[in-house]
Amino acid sequence: MSEQNQPGYGVGAESLERVRSMLAFTPQARALGIELIRLEPARCWGRAPYKPELIGDPDTGVIAGGVLTTFLDQISGGAVFAAMNIPVVTATIDLRIDYMRPATPGQDILAEAHCYKIGRSVAFVRAVAYEQSPDDPIAHAVGAFMINSDGGRKPGANLKEPRP
Amino acid sequence: MSAPPKARLTHALARVPYAQFLGVRAELHGDELTLVLPYAEHLIGNPMLPALHGGVVGALMELTALTQLAVAARSEKFPKTIDIGVDYLRSGRPVDTFARARVVKIGRRIANVQVEAWQDARDKPIAAMHGHFLMPEDESPS
Repeated sequence: MSEQNQPGYGVGAESLERVRSMLAFTPQARALGIELIRLEPARCWGRAPYKPELIGDPDTGVIAGGVLTTFLDQISGGAVFAAMNIPVVTATIDLRIDYMRPATPGQDILAEAHCYKIGRSVAFVRAVAYEQSPDDPIAHAVGAFMINSDGGRKPGANLKEPRP
Repeated sequence: MSAPPKARLTHALARVPYAQFLGVRAELHGDELTLVLPYAEHLIGNPMLPALHGGVVGALMELTALTQLAVAARSEKFPKTIDIGVDYLRSGRPVDTFARARVVKIGRRIANVQVEAWQDARDKPIAAMHGHFLMPEDESPS
């Protein structure tokens, strides 16, 4: 395995800006208001602000589980990026999420993700969402991500009709 | 409880702000429920291809499971999600997406559900999900 495929190889301050600009160009991340807080080698921290339009249970004001899915997926992708020294496009292969308790209504949700293993094609990530401390988690995620998932596909590839 | 199932369902989904945020609507034919996610720009997760955000496809399937369970339990209350596992099979193209759930088992407290999401062809799913859900406490005295 080459050195650049080792988790944590070469993450600089410019990477934070790079991932931030990737988020800024991701419509769903913008719609949810996902922010990037911190980047360390193979690790990523983010925030998803509490928004009334994201409520999943109108009786309690608890944020929808789908928001956590998207948020944890996004921050996990950030951790894969932080584990590489080159910009990567990732695609989620699978994502398993355990919902331990409802998020507290009115509070922003934080998440941290760790890319604990990275190979030539696949990266493995775990992530946790919480308000105050990861010791009191709302949800936990484990995922596998394909690296350089565009596979040589050109921009706009998905605009074509699929082959029958 | 007296409203017809379809009206009850539409009402239950309309009350969920996040379902409105995604733009999800329900179609019920008999007891077969399809959730429809019309394409919208804010659902994109990869602007280059462009592709739907994986989290959005996961959210659609979770909502489908919750809604199908509400239909099966003849309730307007949604169960609580315990865990989900999502397999991504194809890139979600910028077109309408559909999802259907199969309730594998409803126990006294836990339900097991499988969901598939597709776009152009039902036999070419873009994602699959299985999940466990905590059923709401029975309110009616037994």
